[in-house]
Amino acid sequence: MYKWIHRFGSPKYFYNISLRLSKWVTIICIISFVCGVYGGLVLAPADYQQGDSFRIIYLHVPAAWMSLFVYMIIALCGAVSLIWHIKITDIIARASAPIGASFTFLALATGAIWGKPMWGTYWVWDARLTSELILLFLYLGYMALQSAFENKRIAARAGAILALIGVINIPIIHYSVEWWSTLHQGPTITKLDKPSIHITMLIPLIFMVLAFKTFYIMTALIRARSEILEYEYNSSWAKKILGN
Amino acid sequence: MSLNSFFSMGGYAVYVWSAYCISFIVLLLNVILAIRNEHKVLAKLKKRLQHNKNS
Repeated sequence: MYKWIHRFGSPKYFYNISLRLSKWVTIICIISFVCGVYGGLVLAPADYQQGDSFRIIYLHVPAAWMSLFVYMIIALCGAVSLIWHIKITDIIARASAPIGASFTFLALATGAIWGKPMWGTYWVWDARLTSELILLFLYLGYMALQSAFENKRIAARAGAILALIGVINIPIIHYSVEWWSTLHQGPTITKLDKPSIHITMLIPLIFMVLAFKTFYIMTALIRARSEILEYEYNSSWAKKILGN
Repeated sequence: MSLNSFFSMGGYAVYVWSAYCISFIVLLLNVILAIRNEHKVLAKLKKRLQHNKNS
């Protein structure tokens, strides 16, 4: 196990694996995206209460879930990097931040667009919306920290600390609809006993979640690869890739 | 279902299509920026290695 971690943590190994992985992840992403959008916009029936406006769910929910997921990845990488000083986790965390920020922005934007016809307003300062906005600021703060330091090691450490402190916001976002009375509707999918969403509406959503997840992996790997080369450009394997 | 009723989205056309447009643009931008960043880094490192070799 330790040997495996060590091998996976080696930049050269990660670079080669990610090159091979990228192709498949991209294919899965495109297929599930097409299936999800077609299913969500065409096949799924209109909601009996919300009409066709509910189709925004196929963007809003995956984006919101991924905004939390990517943040947890960054925080986890930060913890590993602080404890064991593994370079690759710094790289993954930094590569993830802009994508996570984009997902958070999309969750807020699509939520606002959905809120207008359903609630009569784009924005309310309720618990769910406000805590998600704080998440966006955490992402932006993290990215600002990364570019503020010349030394990448120090930048990664500062970012890791910020990310770990910000983890407190994650359960707040998740449980906000239960702890406080808010305009935001309660969970419809993660109720384990009986999800209150019909199967023809659920399948496109599963495709979209898969599409967003693979999209994250796809773009994070592209960014991670260029970061790795920047660290390792003087090693012999990197020189070979750079054609020297 | 007719094409017309598909585009009108039961009267919610503005909301549904603007949400999908924004999402599509943001996701596309992510891919473009990541690839452009990769090209920039590759070019920079190649130049740096060339420079080190010559000096």
